[in-house]
Amino acid sequence: MTGFAFTWHGLRLEARCSGALWWPEERWLVVADLHLGKSERMARRGGALLPPYEGLETLRRLEAEAEALDPAVIVSLGDGFDDDAAAEALEPQVAEHLARLEAAQEIRWIAGNHDPRAGGEETLRMGPVTLRHQPEGEGPDISGHFHPVVRLAGARRRALLIGPSHMILPAFGAYTGGLDAGSGAITRWVPHGIAVACLHKALPVPLRAA
Amino acid sequence: MVRGEHAPYVQTMNEGSPLTQAVLPPDFADWFARQGWTPHPHQLALLEAQGDSLLIAPTGGGKTLAGFLPSLVELAEGWKGLHTLYVSPLKALTADIGRNLARPVADLNLPIRVEDRTGDTKTSARQRQRTDPPQVLLTTPESLALMLSYPEAPKIFGSLRRVVLDELHALAESKRGDQLMLGLARLRSLAPGLIATGLSATVEDPQALADFMGGAQVVHADPGPEPDIAMLPTTRPPPWAGAGGRYAVRDVLKAVSEARTTIFFINTRAQAELFFQALWAENDQNLPIGLHHGSLSREARARVEAAMAAGELRAVVATGSLDLGIDWGDVDLVIQVGAPKNVKRLVQRIGRANHRYNAPSRARMVPANRFEVIECIAALEAVRERDLDGDARGPGPLDVLCQHILLTACAGPFDADALYAEVRTAGPYRDLSRADFDDCLNFTATGGYALRAYDRWQRLMQRGGLWGLRDPRAARDLRMNVGTIVEAEMTKVRWKRGGGLLGEVEESFAATLVPGDTFLTGGQIVRYEALRELVVEVSPSPRKEPKIAVFSGVRMPMSAELSHRVLSLIGDPARWEVLPQPTRDWLSLQAEVSAVPRPGTLLAETFPHMGRWHLAVYGFAGHNAMQTLGLLLTRAMEEAGLGPLGFSSTDYALLVWSLDPVTDLAPLLDRDKLRAGLGDWLAGNAVMKRTFKNVAIISGLIHRNMPGGRRSGKQATFSTDILYDTLRRHDPEHLLMRITAAEAGRGLVDFGRIEEMLDRSPVLDHRQLDRVSPLAAPLMLEMGRVRIEGQGRMRLAEQEAEAMMQAAGLQLTDDPSGFDAPAPVVARPEPSRRRKARPAR
Repeated sequence: MTGFAFTWHGLRLEARCSGALWWPEERWLVVADLHLGKSERMARRGGALLPPYEGLETLRRLEAEAEALDPAVIVSLGDGFDDDAAAEALEPQVAEHLARLEAAQEIRWIAGNHDPRAGGEETLRMGPVTLRHQPEGEGPDISGHFHPVVRLAGARRRALLIGPSHMILPAFGAYTGGLDAGSGAITRWVPHGIAVACLHKALPVPLRAA
Repeated sequence: MVRGEHAPYVQTMNEGSPLTQAVLPPDFADWFARQGWTPHPHQLALLEAQGDSLLIAPTGGGKTLAGFLPSLVELAEGWKGLHTLYVSPLKALTADIGRNLARPVADLNLPIRVEDRTGDTKTSARQRQRTDPPQVLLTTPESLALMLSYPEAPKIFGSLRRVVLDELHALAESKRGDQLMLGLARLRSLAPGLIATGLSATVEDPQALADFMGGAQVVHADPGPEPDIAMLPTTRPPPWAGAGGRYAVRDVLKAVSEARTTIFFINTRAQAELFFQALWAENDQNLPIGLHHGSLSREARARVEAAMAAGELRAVVATGSLDLGIDWGDVDLVIQVGAPKNVKRLVQRIGRANHRYNAPSRARMVPANRFEVIECIAALEAVRERDLDGDARGPGPLDVLCQHILLTACAGPFDADALYAEVRTAGPYRDLSRADFDDCLNFTATGGYALRAYDRWQRLMQRGGLWGLRDPRAARDLRMNVGTIVEAEMTKVRWKRGGGLLGEVEESFAATLVPGDTFLTGGQIVRYEALRELVVEVSPSPRKEPKIAVFSGVRMPMSAELSHRVLSLIGDPARWEVLPQPTRDWLSLQAEVSAVPRPGTLLAETFPHMGRWHLAVYGFAGHNAMQTLGLLLTRAMEEAGLGPLGFSSTDYALLVWSLDPVTDLAPLLDRDKLRAGLGDWLAGNAVMKRTFKNVAIISGLIHRNMPGGRRSGKQATFSTDILYDTLRRHDPEHLLMRITAAEAGRGLVDFGRIEEMLDRSPVLDHRQLDRVSPLAAPLMLEMGRVRIEGQGRMRLAEQEAEAMMQAAGLQLTDDPSGFDAPAPVVARPEPSRRRKARPAR
């Protein structure tokens, strides 16, 4: 696994090809939009009965990152759960898996629009930078919410977007779609800069001027 | 009746023949006489039939009247409620039949109403039909499935006496036929004793089609005289490659001007557009010629159909959209442009030139390139020998059954044993095991996962022994997703530098485009520039032929029988004398620069083209075997580090493109090595994922349509590939995985066929060429490209990313301690196309 190391507003960071962000100085592993419990929520609301394995799959990948990096803290940038009820009604196997992860290191949950109550905090500080679910104001902040993707070599790839004052992480959850990095909702916050695409390694590509 | 069926058939039967008198009531006999007609024997045979029948008749054989005659006779006395249900594959056909039934109904003063019920029927009319159904209802398989899902279904269909299934040969080719047969089984339960009549064009195995109906007496109409079919003589020889048929436009226009009305059949929409343009460019006489294909708007198609029916057109350029459908009365010439690919379809198309039932159909073929000349000649031989091709139908697919169970639950609670017994009366499901049925029921109820996550949120629940919807409101979503036709998600195409929308292409096609690719859309050749916000941006292209010929994923595979005929022709120079001189020259040139495929030798070629290395393998083993070989060979290439990027397969050859050339093919074709790929690589490939998507939609795992509009490709959706990968890892035995494997398995043959191909070609003749060979040229235009997600694609992504960074003037290293907020990227020229970077040898 090869990450992409860079410095942003004085912070030395690494974009992981898993879609996570690594802050080696304090050993923080930051992930966005896990959407745990998504398939359960869809079924509860009378929708499709999707394969109920996305929680296990998401946590499997998160655990792999934790094993590789041994973080002190894992930060979930909001929408860690697909809704507040999903946080309560996690599959026993998923809850067990999550408890195992929480025993190994602290997990700090930031509230998202999907899980306003299940998330614990509105924002966190990472040096001069704010961590929150959605970008706000002048920044600098690091957020998620948009599930950004870019096209590379003929396919859509999840990507971490680095703009001058806002950084947006891709969704880490297994059942999450993507929004094109060139769409207005995103370019409003990241008009230009670099996208780090998640492939077998983290590949930086320039973002076009809007 | 229907246009084209008014062909006066007055050959030898006298009006007063005993048979006529025996079965045809006097007022009907009078009506026939007043039209100047005498009933066809097969029309009377259906009138006499006591049980289910299947009528095999050529176009123009009075097929539809034959199907309706028993109903009209029975309805002379009037009928309370629905009496006859007519099902056809096309909405347009139901409208046409409705118009044509109006005449005998009026002339004979029948006290009945005839109405149609399709996706186009107004809501108010649909609601009235549910409370007060007409005597004759004309519909499609999807609308029938929808009607059967309403609680009123037993009331509506309880009085039903007859079902007429039109163009059954076409319906039986897809899952629409399976759904229709399940619907028929339901109708038989609701209306015991109903009589079904299937109507079909010429097919290779009538008994199989009768079994598909659940058993029926086969009635053969007089097939009529032998068709008059030949190659259209052209002043210029066909080109080496290309698919347009433009070289023959002048000759073709001459043929049109000499005929009354001509239908052109062209295999793909893109080719139809090109050819139509070419016709207009040369149309000095201003002959009225129309274009008809499935990508045109409904209004545009309706205009062409109306003009054609009114006799205002001298010719229409069509794709499969006219394979069935409206009968054009005055068509006296069919011209097939491009190789027919399938002898049965050719015969059915020839039947369109049915000016008179007892006159031979006239058809001419125009091959688009020199390879197709060989295909056309092989097809002509097959037609003369009445050697129709066709693959045996597999058992009824389980995803269709899942949908049927869900829709049945929408109508009301059901008993599992009773439904199982009913489903087994449907022809395609006659051998359905109880275990498979229970798996489908379990899937529709709980999702059927090994991890029982949804016991609280079941879709179907058992109450008092009967299965029903847990939440009745779910019926709305299920009804919105009726049907087995999975339409591709479309992406809009627009000019990059301003200007409006050009048209739409399939999203999956758009995903394979690389900047610089040229393709055809909206009648123009354009160059792919970028995909922005889910819109494909293009610029004008000066090229004459698009690099990628097709924008539709629908491929038309050549039948295995036809590909064998082609090989035996190519492989035997002594038989080349039946080929026109230019084709012989072309094969001779192939022999000169490379070699000609021969029995006993497996010919392969490696050559550079458009910045990629290509490998062509001429196996002539049929499309399925070539596709499987494509998957296995690319895996071997992946292991060898050659960076395969994708492949396409035809019935006679496989074409793989890669970053590095294959210089030594023999070790890659090593059997043990190939066999090793059967497991994981095969399960993870794009063919499987494509199949899974359709299965997931049809079985009701995911919904295409949501109340309040179609799902958009935005944040809320994620690809079914993710579902496939998740199931593969966590629940590989799941029902949908089994359905996918079985279905994809029909398109991927067992390894035995590949071993057989290697056995019968002990000698490997691998040529290293400096450019595309004559034989490989047509392969470059094949559709149905399969992407390989491997090291090659990764290398490509890295190179692409690097080139983009360089073009933006950005230099990054893994430890850019001095790097702060990325410099603003200003507008810049497009990154140079990577493909050009690799020089041809």
